[in-house]
Formats: sequence, C-alpha cells, structure tokens
Amino acid sequence: MKLTGAEILCESLTRLGVREIFGYPGGAILPVYDALGKSKLHHVLVRHEQGATHMADGYARASGGIGVAMATSGPGATNMVTGIATAMLDSSPVVCITGQVSSKVLGSDAFQEIDITGITMPITKHNVVVTKAEDVARTLREAFLIANSGRPGPVLVDITKDAQQASAEFNWESSVPHLPPKRRRNNHDQAEFDRAIEMLNTAKRPIILAGHGIMVSGAMRAFEQFVRTGNYPVAMTLLGIGCFPADNALNLGMMGMHGEAWVNNAIQEADLLIAVGMRFDDRVTGDLRTYAKSARKIHIEIDRAEINKNVKVDAALVGDAREVLERLMPHIQTCDHSAWIRHVAELKGDSAVRDIQSLPDNGHLYAAHVINDIWKETRGEAIVVTDVGQHQMWEAQYYHHNRPRTLITSGGLGTMGFALPAAIGAKFAKPDSEVWVVVGDGGFQMTMSELATIVQEKINIKIAIINNGFLGMVRQWQEFFYDKRYVATPLVAPDFAALANAFGIRGERITKRAEVIPTIRSARESAETVLIDFRVEQEDSVYPMVAAGASLSDMIRRPNSPLVETATEP
Amino acid sequence: MQTLVAYVENKPGVLNRVSSLARRLAINIDSLTVGPTENEAIARMTIVAHTDERGAHRLEASLEKLVDVLVAENISTRALLERDLALIKVSADQQNRPHLMELIKVFRARVVDVAPESLIIEVSGAVDKIDGLLEVLRPFGVLEMARTGRISMTRGGDLLQPPVEESSGSELESTVSNVK
Repeated sequence: MKLTGAEILCESLTRLGVREIFGYPGGAILPVYDALGKSKLHHVLVRHEQGATHMADGYARASGGIGVAMATSGPGATNMVTGIATAMLDSSPVVCITGQVSSKVLGSDAFQEIDITGITMPITKHNVVVTKAEDVARTLREAFLIANSGRPGPVLVDITKDAQQASAEFNWESSVPHLPPKRRRNNHDQAEFDRAIEMLNTAKRPIILAGHGIMVSGAMRAFEQFVRTGNYPVAMTLLGIGCFPADNALNLGMMGMHGEAWVNNAIQEADLLIAVGMRFDDRVTGDLRTYAKSARKIHIEIDRAEINKNVKVDAALVGDAREVLERLMPHIQTCDHSAWIRHVAELKGDSAVRDIQSLPDNGHLYAAHVINDIWKETRGEAIVVTDVGQHQMWEAQYYHHNRPRTLITSGGLGTMGFALPAAIGAKFAKPDSEVWVVVGDGGFQMTMSELATIVQEKINIKIAIINNGFLGMVRQWQEFFYDKRYVATPLVAPDFAALANAFGIRGERITKRAEVIPTIRSARESAETVLIDFRVEQEDSVYPMVAAGASLSDMIRRPNSPLVETATEP
Repeated sequence: MQTLVAYVENKPGVLNRVSSLARRLAINIDSLTVGPTENEAIARMTIVAHTDERGAHRLEASLEKLVDVLVAENISTRALLERDLALIKVSADQQNRPHLMELIKVFRARVVDVAPESLIIEVSGAVDKIDGLLEVLRPFGVLEMARTGRISMTRGGDLLQPPVEESSGSELESTVSNVK
C-alpha cells in the first residue's frame, strides 16, 4: 500500500497505541496535519509549543506510557526545548515530532529552518532527522522503543517536508526497529550482589532512599515486599513520592532540602543507605562531604552512569529496580529494626508542635492549610500536578500520596510553567481521575494561555493558585541569604478569577481559611474546570530548609511562633 | 590521562554526539581518533581524555547510553599498544642535512619528502618517542607538523570487539505500548 510520509506517520502513531497528540501546526508540518485530519488521532491544539511538550510529559507521567508532542520547524521546534529538557531531567518518555524544511534546502537558512537536532542533542535521549518517507515508520518505532526502555527519556524525530509529502510503500511488519547492537554488560556481579546481601542483613540502622525509578520500573509491589521483609524505614525523593504509600508506618516522608527534619537526621545517623531508583541529586544530599558519613551505601540503579557520580557507594546493583529487588528478596532475612525505628520516631521531637498545621486560625491563610485541605477533601486520591517553588514543597509535605503516579512535578529541571499544561496531559491520560493543579502566581503566569486549551478541549481539572504576590521561593532565599532585599520578586498578577471568567472558566477568590473547604467542595462538584485564587500569607517560608551546599544535618527550622514571624504585610 | 576505546555507528553526526558529550561532562579531550573498522558500518574511536578514573567511568557509561555507540570501554589500566603518527616538516640545508639524517635513523623515522630547503619526516610510535624526536628536531627549525593522535589496542588475547549484529529491538517492543 502506497502512502505519503505524513500518512505513514499517522498510521504508525495509531498502531503504536497513540490516541492524543499535543501540538501546534505550521508550514513545515502541514502535510502531517492534513493526514491527521483523516486519521482517528485526536489532536489537542495548544497555545504554545512548550505547553505541548509539558502536556505530553504529563500524559507520560500519569500513564506510564509515551506522550507525543508535535510542532513545526524553526520557532515551533525551539519553543519545545524547555519541555524536552524537563522530560530529560526527570526521565519521562516523550516523543516529539517536528516538521523540517525540505531536504533539498537543508542548511540554506531557509524560512523557519533551524538545526533542532543539533540544539536538542544534549537534552534528548536520542534524536534523528528523517528525510525519506520510507524511513518514517521504522524511525518512529525506534523512537518509541528508545523513549520508554531502560531509563526513559525524550526522543525527537525531525521530519523534512519532502519526506512527509513523498509516497512510499507502507508495510508495518517489515518496518521493524533496527537499532545498533549493544554490548551486553554483566550487571549482576556476584561478589557485589553478595556484598549487598551481607550489608542488608547486618545493618542496624538502615534506611531506604526511594526514588522515581521504582515507579518507572513498576516495582511497587516488589518494593513493598522488600520493605516489609527487611523492616526498613523509607525516605522518599520528591519524584519518588507515591511509589510507597504515605500511610504506611515505615514511610517517613520526603528527604532533602525541604525534607522532614527527622528524615534528614535519620539519613545522617543511618549505618546503611539503600538507594533505589534515585540519583543522589544535590537537593537530596546537601554537602557531600558531610552526607551520611556513618553509612555504607547500596545503589540499585538502571543507569550505570549514575553509579558513584555524586556519592561513592559500597555496592552498586545495576539494573531494573524490580528485577534487582526480586533477585534480592529470597536472600533478605526478616529483620527487627524496632529500636532504630523507635529512635527515628523520637527524632520527630517537636516537629508536630512546629508544624503549621498545629496553628489555630489566626485570620491568616497559609498555603500549607490550603494544600492539606485539598488532600483531605480529595481523600488523597487526586492526581496533583504542581509547578515549581514553595507551593511545590508544601504539596510534597502536606498532600499525602498513597498511589504511584499521583504526584506530577518537575523535579530535576525545576521548570516553572509546567503545572497547567502537564495537568492537561495528565487528564487526557486519566480522564476518569480527579486532577488538581497546584501552582504559584508566578509559574501560572508563564503558561496560563493554556486555559484556552482547557476550554477548547472541554476538560475538567481544578486549578488552585497559591497566590502570595511574590516569586515565593526566590523571596525566601532573599529573606534568608540576602538580608530581605526583595529584588524582582514582588509580583503583580491579574485578577485570576476574572481572568478565568474571560476564558469562560469559573473563577473564585479565597482569602479566609473558613472559605477554603466549602470552595474546594463546590469546585469538586462542578463538572467543569474551576480556578481558585487562594490569597495566602505573603511572606511564609518552607521549613525545614537545608541551604544550598549546606550539610543535611544543618536545617533552618520553622520559628516556634510563626504567627509573629510570618504575619507581616509588605 | 585516561584512554577509552569506542565502537560507534559509522554515520554522520556520531562524532558530534561523542565530542558534545565530553564537553557536557566538562572533560577535556586530549586526542580523539576515528577510523573505519573491518566492518564498514562500524567505526572505532580512541579517546584520550584529561580526567581521573571516576570521570572516565562516567564518560564510558554515558557514551554507552548513546544509541549510536555500540561499546565504550576504559582501557587505561590494561596492557596497551599505543601508536601515534606524525609528519614533521623541518628546515634542512646542505650543512645540517647529514646530522639530521643520523637523528632520523636513531629514532627509526623515515624521510618521505625531500626539498632543497626542507625535509618531511614520518615517524610513528608511542607518544613519548614522537615527543622525543620533536625535541631534538626543534633546533633545526620545525616548519610544520601534523599528528594523528593516539590509537590504542589492548595486547594479546585481551580482545575488544564490537558486538555482533542481532535482531535487537523487536523483542523489547512489547514494552513500549501506551500502557506499561
């Protein structure tokens, strides 16, 4: 059967199981859009190509499958760069398809020509230019294979206009992926494996550092068994949240820069760290010279390049988290670490007293209360998509996730503007799930044009803007480290509720704590998208905090009387 | 200094990916040579990098993550045969020419071009041998030099071969559908 390259592309996407494509048309991708119109694929028209990549990313993270974004050449492609980098840093399987000028004029600076494969080389797992229609199906299958195998990541396929227009014989069966043969490495060195077993069975003060890799490998059940058998307390990375139920007694909470104080202290006191599918990011370790000095370290990780990158480990088990955990399981002795677990519980100390949740209603609205109320009202079952900054950390602290893939957030790159488009993608992946956006007034203004996409697509998500009138996290750093010189952090915003109305979306504005729960309830009852502008305390800070480069033991704690400390107006 | 050998796909853009990766890891490349292998679809690289063992591990593992890199291996600690080749154009007149010829003989180099005012000397061998010849030629006046950079091979039965072509991919494909 002869088809054009564009038709082959649509047919291939369909056969690869794609239902939605997030994209924006333009000259060099027009043949594909023409073919899209005749296909069963649903195209979601975004308002900016960055939004398309975040949507594809949100789709991938919510589903575990592959998200697809599409754009034209030149500016369409360059607008995707931030979204691609976001997916790269968080190992999210996204396939980006860009149009390119005709192969005959490649390199001539033709209108809207840009070397997007050159630009995205360091931020994609792989990228490729297709100049022939007959290569489209195979290349796309290869792209999907690469994106979601091993450690997942974004793949960009740049298709020249003439390849889209030319006709070729379409034969799916013969268009099999043809990737270069890889040397198989022996990842299961027996001596290393035995050493790990010995450490696991003899540790007195073990702690697991649970990361995103557990979710990616679908290792939740194996992990739960592993934890239960060994009786290991579990600390979570930001992206690991959800891989192990928050309500499990062994789940301590988040570690790192804004992790719980007792979690960081437990890591510092541990005699064994068991890192599973995490990469010892600097936001997790703090100063490496003082990090977990008394602990031996086991690293279970699929990416060999992560071994000994930041933290030197005593045993590295390279491989898929589930496979490695399942191999370890028969050798794990049932351990009683109750003395250690009791000690960790004692480390909590006055944390509950310091917790802002303990504050009586003093007339001020705190972000932590808003997020905690969303958690209570949704019974912790919503998919929450956050942006980057203070609200993101409060979400991690005050929304307790029991299920995997229910917290979607930009961890590695820390991309502001991520939340709204990523939530749209997540909603397409999980149309029956309740999706909440938790976003700051700064990040929301970066990609709020996607409100129009919500309306055009008639989707139902709930948007909670944590509006403190500041670029809050930067303000917090200025407060702590720059003597409260608030340069370029006070932020003027439109009336978000009125803005929502202008888009045809219901908008609410909340200033009092008593109004929070009724508004959340009413928003949840609506079958349409609702935006709530929560006017929260302006100069509240996220605690505890490990300053960048400081030791994990050295935390800035919430003042004992936050009422006085934070209830100031600028 | 660390020495890595890589087998890569012999196609456009691969050298860029490899060198760009070293740049991203802030590893300075001292020399990088590429040439075809007995299989024309595969090229072999020798990469000599200014880094320590940990940096070399990171480079090796990161290189192997590139789709177009078949094998990357740090061979620094193994028994190696290393070769570098240089063409050195040195000024030579009637008086110093005999002296020059003596030196060339000592270094087992060859004269490959003779002109009234200059000679081109071809020398191959380990890096320090070439550096040594260069040192003694300097007083005569080195006019031009071209060096290939190092190629390295592990000695004896310590083989480093590209993996054989296999029908990779298709058996993995079931894992990439939209519901994992």
